[in-house]
Amino acid sequence: MSQYLLRRTLLAIPSLLGISLVLFTVLAMAPGDPFGELAQNPAVPPEVAASLREKFGMDDPIWERYVKWLTQMLQGNWGFSFVSRVDVDILIMQRLPATLVVIGASQLLALLVAMPVGVYAAMRPYSLFDQIATTLAFVGFSLPTFFTGLTLILIFSITLDWLPFVYQSNVNATGWQYYWEHIRQAIMPVTVLGLFQAGVLTRFVRSAVLDVVRLDFVTTARAKGLQERVVIVKHIVRNAMIPVVTLLALQMPAVFGGAIVTEQIFRIPGIGSLLIAAILANDTPVIMAVTFVFACLVILFNLIADLLYGWLDPRISYR
Amino acid sequence: MNEQELRGLIADVKGGSLSRRSFVRRMVAVGLTAPLAAQMLAHSGVAMAASTPKYKPTKAGGGGVLKMLWWQGPTLLNPHFAVGTKDQDGSRVFYEPLAAWDDDGMLMPVLAAEVPTLENGGLAKDGLSVTWKLKKGVTWHDGKPFTADDCLFNWKYASDPAAASVTIASYKDVEVQKIDDHTIKVLFSKPTPFWADAFVGARGCQIPKHIFEPYMGDKSRDAPANLAPIGTGAYMFEEFKPGDLVRGKRNPNYHEANKPHFDAVEMKGGGDAVSAARAVLQTGEYDFAWNMQVEDAILKRLEEGGKGRVDITLGGSIEHIQLNNTDPWTEVDGERSVSTSKHPSLTDLAVRQALNLLVDRQAVEDHIYGRTGKATANFLNNPERFASKKTSFELNIDKAIKLLDGAGWKPGADGIREKSGVKLKYVFQTSINQPRQKTQAIIKQACQKAGIDIEVKAVTASVYFSSDVGNPDTYTKFYTDLQMYTTTQTQPDPGIFMNQFVSSEASTKENKWQGRNITRWKNAEYDKLFLQGEGELDPVKRAALYIRMNELVIENVVVIPVVWRGGVAAVSNKLSAPLSGWDNNTWNLKDWFREA
Repeated sequence: MSQYLLRRTLLAIPSLLGISLVLFTVLAMAPGDPFGELAQNPAVPPEVAASLREKFGMDDPIWERYVKWLTQMLQGNWGFSFVSRVDVDILIMQRLPATLVVIGASQLLALLVAMPVGVYAAMRPYSLFDQIATTLAFVGFSLPTFFTGLTLILIFSITLDWLPFVYQSNVNATGWQYYWEHIRQAIMPVTVLGLFQAGVLTRFVRSAVLDVVRLDFVTTARAKGLQERVVIVKHIVRNAMIPVVTLLALQMPAVFGGAIVTEQIFRIPGIGSLLIAAILANDTPVIMAVTFVFACLVILFNLIADLLYGWLDPRISYR
Repeated sequence: MNEQELRGLIADVKGGSLSRRSFVRRMVAVGLTAPLAAQMLAHSGVAMAASTPKYKPTKAGGGGVLKMLWWQGPTLLNPHFAVGTKDQDGSRVFYEPLAAWDDDGMLMPVLAAEVPTLENGGLAKDGLSVTWKLKKGVTWHDGKPFTADDCLFNWKYASDPAAASVTIASYKDVEVQKIDDHTIKVLFSKPTPFWADAFVGARGCQIPKHIFEPYMGDKSRDAPANLAPIGTGAYMFEEFKPGDLVRGKRNPNYHEANKPHFDAVEMKGGGDAVSAARAVLQTGEYDFAWNMQVEDAILKRLEEGGKGRVDITLGGSIEHIQLNNTDPWTEVDGERSVSTSKHPSLTDLAVRQALNLLVDRQAVEDHIYGRTGKATANFLNNPERFASKKTSFELNIDKAIKLLDGAGWKPGADGIREKSGVKLKYVFQTSINQPRQKTQAIIKQACQKAGIDIEVKAVTASVYFSSDVGNPDTYTKFYTDLQMYTTTQTQPDPGIFMNQFVSSEASTKENKWQGRNITRWKNAEYDKLFLQGEGELDPVKRAALYIRMNELVIENVVVIPVVWRGGVAAVSNKLSAPLSGWDNNTWNLKDWFREA
């Protein structure tokens, strides 16, 4: 097991290197530079932008910049933002908690919705419940998050005035009120992301359960006289979970992508909105770092999925 | 308008038959900045007292939290490194300059005890120095006193090239002397008519010496106070997350009595302009939102919510079309639009005048910009328009056709006019931005009717406005026949603005296309006037020179102005927030209050 873990971690290194190389080259070749705004301001002499470019090493050849970035990164130095001149790791640490909370909560919501609905629908295929669940699931993952986000804002913030649509990292309250305010402002973004995920997941849970439900061991379990609840939970769901877990992990990039959009709409100070701001400002070190964090998270979740696999299915061994 | 007429108007102001404000408006209309107009009055003995904004609260504090939205949040809080307005606005919450510009272009003392004038001896007659008296009893947020040493330090800090501060231009050519603890003298190397640059407005914000002294030059990035400012402002620093949040609390020792009104301020960043407008105008969740780049029709609909209003401050931003004077289609030595070449058809004045008649400004104002952009006939606004409300611009296709016929441009077989093999076919570029594409369409249509073929081209803003030397599509290269963008005149001194038509500023490969003269128009008379204006100490004479320069630009149709664009903010109906077109959004935060 530990050997497997080590091998997987080592295997992740070339992929991360590849990702970073592609990202860096694309960014370096993309038009625009962080001091464009300076150049447009006639009150700032052009020498200022020129000296800043030189100071930040932006006039060096691309490969030299990449090697420099990589060696610094390996030493744990993420560089600093060209725009705010703050160290990138500080910026990311400021933003990461909000993203993890929102994504975590929405994944949890997605599971809470998808599991019972998917299993129940599969136990009674083509029933009225199944038809409705299938339709809603299709609606769920067909609607992009920016659309559902705006719709929720229009309904719950503007028409009904129940929920705030500007997310605040600082809340002016104490005790229960503090938690309530945090939950209140997280409801809409979590719902948007969660329901989007739930749509996809429901479909997968349903088909995975359908595959398992007809197998002989299920009939055996029933013939043994086991309670239906035990049959479903212990025999069906556990076996059906194997493909679902993989899917959950493989869906992570999509979740992060959705989070970027959702964060922008609800002004959540997460790394997604940091990424958008950095792209708009051509702030290369921040773009690099954030995309790199995303890449690491995706690889990490894939690893977790593979490990969970073995726990769910003892037939799979790690060598 | 010449010098005599100007003097006449000033006499009217003195005599009381013309209000100070309408004088300033008229000067802005003929292309001067409000600060220069105000300077003319001051120089002629009309008191330059800034209109004190109304401030009702009778005690400091008690106003609760002021919630503001900046859809692009401030990313750093050091005024000497504040690249964009968002950063300047953020730093301005905590830092203050010696004096600030109000909406009429009047100087309002902040950290200065008074505005320097000829009468109080602050201004030297020879234009070589200005003496600032500092306000006494001002303390930094950490309790240390604010003195002349701090001002001296700011001068050294900003003018150090190693620091690469964005305020360097205001400080590098001056020398600052300490007279006593509360008096400084700014010395200029040559007679300087426009003295209120260093220590004034956005670029004049003062940072404390005792905090920043160890972090000068190269080390400027390491200063912890870059992220946790200690200033003299009405609000003290509490929290800063770049791009997300700036938070401040009331400064109990603020140097003006009964101010500020709010207990805390909050500047939230992120999101987009439309939803920011919504949060102020429709739901009232927020009190103020910055830079509402939203179609006026949408703003109007949101305003129906009754929670807030749209506040438009007209500074000097003009959306205009530039006509290329050089040949953009022939490459010489790795460069197109070479400043010595000549455009085959656009150098013909008749063609330029015809194009001017084909721009339907009224339609652009009515259908695209609404209240946020006023149609304008002159590069800088036309005085008659204010005086008589008569519009002097017109869309006149027949007249354009006559002009072109008269100049020998005859329609060819394909309907496109031509003369000795040169066709009136133009490529018209601008940045990708919906209002701009709509404007392009309106102009293309009118031109088609007159036999001029326009090919529209739109470039991503991040490329178009970049200084990328390798990219042919930047606005400073101008490798097309026509182009359109907004030129801003937020600098109080029109000199910086007017240098964009001086021959020596032509944008070329040699200066990496950083020259300010993008149309590469050359006119000896203009150059001469500009040179005179730089050294002319009498503001009235100087104003007359600038007005004449404007006229030259318009007579020769160097550019075709389209609309005069304002700064648009969304303000809660309960909030009193005096804004200024000549300074930052938060220039006067100390005077903001919520109506009971």
